[in-house]
Amino acid sequence: MGSVSIANVSKAFPKEDGTATQALEGVNLEIGDTEFICLVGPSGCGKTTLLRIIAGLETPTTGSVAVDGHTVTGPDPKRGMVFQEYSLFPWLKVVDNVAFGQEMKGVGKEERRKTADHYIEMVGLSQFRDAYPYELSGGMRQRVAIARALANDPDVLLMDEPFGALDAQTRNHMQKELLSLWEQTQKTIVFVTHSVDEAVYLSDKIVVLSPRPGSIREVITIPWPRPRDRTSAEFAEVRRRVLRMIDESESTQ
Amino acid sequence: MNQQTQKRLLGIAALAVVAIVWQIIAEYVVGRSFILPSVTDVAEAFVNLLGSGTLLADTAVSLEHFGIGIIAALLLGVPIGILMGWFRVADFLLDPIIEILRPIPPLAWIPFAIIWFGLTTQAAGFVIFAGAFFPILTATYAAFRDVPKVFVEAGKVLGCDTSFELIRYVALPAAIPAIASGVRIAMGVGWMCLVAAEMFGVSTYGLGYQLWHNYYLHQMPSVVVYMLILGFTGLIIDRIFRNYVDKQLLRWRAGEVA
Repeated sequence: MGSVSIANVSKAFPKEDGTATQALEGVNLEIGDTEFICLVGPSGCGKTTLLRIIAGLETPTTGSVAVDGHTVTGPDPKRGMVFQEYSLFPWLKVVDNVAFGQEMKGVGKEERRKTADHYIEMVGLSQFRDAYPYELSGGMRQRVAIARALANDPDVLLMDEPFGALDAQTRNHMQKELLSLWEQTQKTIVFVTHSVDEAVYLSDKIVVLSPRPGSIREVITIPWPRPRDRTSAEFAEVRRRVLRMIDESESTQ
Repeated sequence: MNQQTQKRLLGIAALAVVAIVWQIIAEYVVGRSFILPSVTDVAEAFVNLLGSGTLLADTAVSLEHFGIGIIAALLLGVPIGILMGWFRVADFLLDPIIEILRPIPPLAWIPFAIIWFGLTTQAAGFVIFAGAFFPILTATYAAFRDVPKVFVEAGKVLGCDTSFELIRYVALPAAIPAIASGVRIAMGVGWMCLVAAEMFGVSTYGLGYQLWHNYYLHQMPSVVVYMLILGFTGLIIDRIFRNYVDKQLLRWRAGEVA
């Protein structure tokens, strides 16, 4: 299970001069189990902050986040996270990176490597299981990072612009793969992106945030089946709608 | 001829030229072995010293002094560096003390080394420790401050729930390359301190002690022998360490050197 309930979340970052930057203001959002949600919005609207609050890496100033009814108080392997930067541990081989979460749980070496191999196969990198991260391309590294998060069997998979550093082709390919992983594993996914195209391609719901202090401006449900055709008229229409929303809010800033 | 052999041949040629020039200057220009021993004088002294058997014993003693100092510096420097790099309170608490002690030249500890430990291997080890401790401490501290935040956060979301786990499984492995560089610098400093400590009579054996002893005896060719052995041993220690670090600890950093 993996339903996320965000209730009245605000976040202010204190500044040196005693004032504070209000990053989020009164965010309310319900995310259903196995839903694929994308957070989009103008730069600096706090979408990453919101994701980090769900992860437990930041504490909200007011309000709270609950996953399956349990209030989030700190990071937990039940909420997997894929970072924008390359976050694989460079001193560990692929297999041991993926097995890391299991190791922290105290699972024995044989067993955790078996689990790791399963997820490495799932992301199609079996022949790289003994490679070090420096030997992998950017796209491969993010696939390993996804496998590493999935290996903990989390309720929710949080992804912070995971494909932001990849070239367009690799990115499209990774999006397809992610959808197939999502269908196989039935995880709830919360995905932050600044690419509206990516959001329309991937998500069940696009959550558009308003500029700082970020709050929810609109939730757009996309009911179409997958795989989606990026060149279709309806795709372009939704994309235009979301882009206009973001542009508007940027110009009224 | 490939580049490797070319490099080696040119290196040997350069050394040969230096030896010949040295020999000519020593023999025909200076002409006094006391001022500048010639290559052949030094070679002869080396053979004699080898025959007397003290050479190996002195090298062993020096390595023992060095080992005591470096191991003590590692045992204290790495943990304190970790504490200061990871916990802000430890940093605030220890930093003033460290900053006062650090600028004291290691050799200034020689009198107390002798008073506290007498003329023992521990006394010499202590002086080497005084030289090697701070480079190791500051390298460990800096390495821990530089651990990328994303590794620490990845560790947290993957289930490291205590500082101990984060240090043991994330921060320490990430910091190893920088710590290794610090240890290399510390070993260089320690080796210098070794010679000084032995020369100042902290011990009655060792390469540094013999160097000074032969100076008193005006055996300048032997002094050169000890100088060269000190240089070579330092070089070999550095090479062994570097090899070990590259092969064992840093396989994950292709082509980079500690």
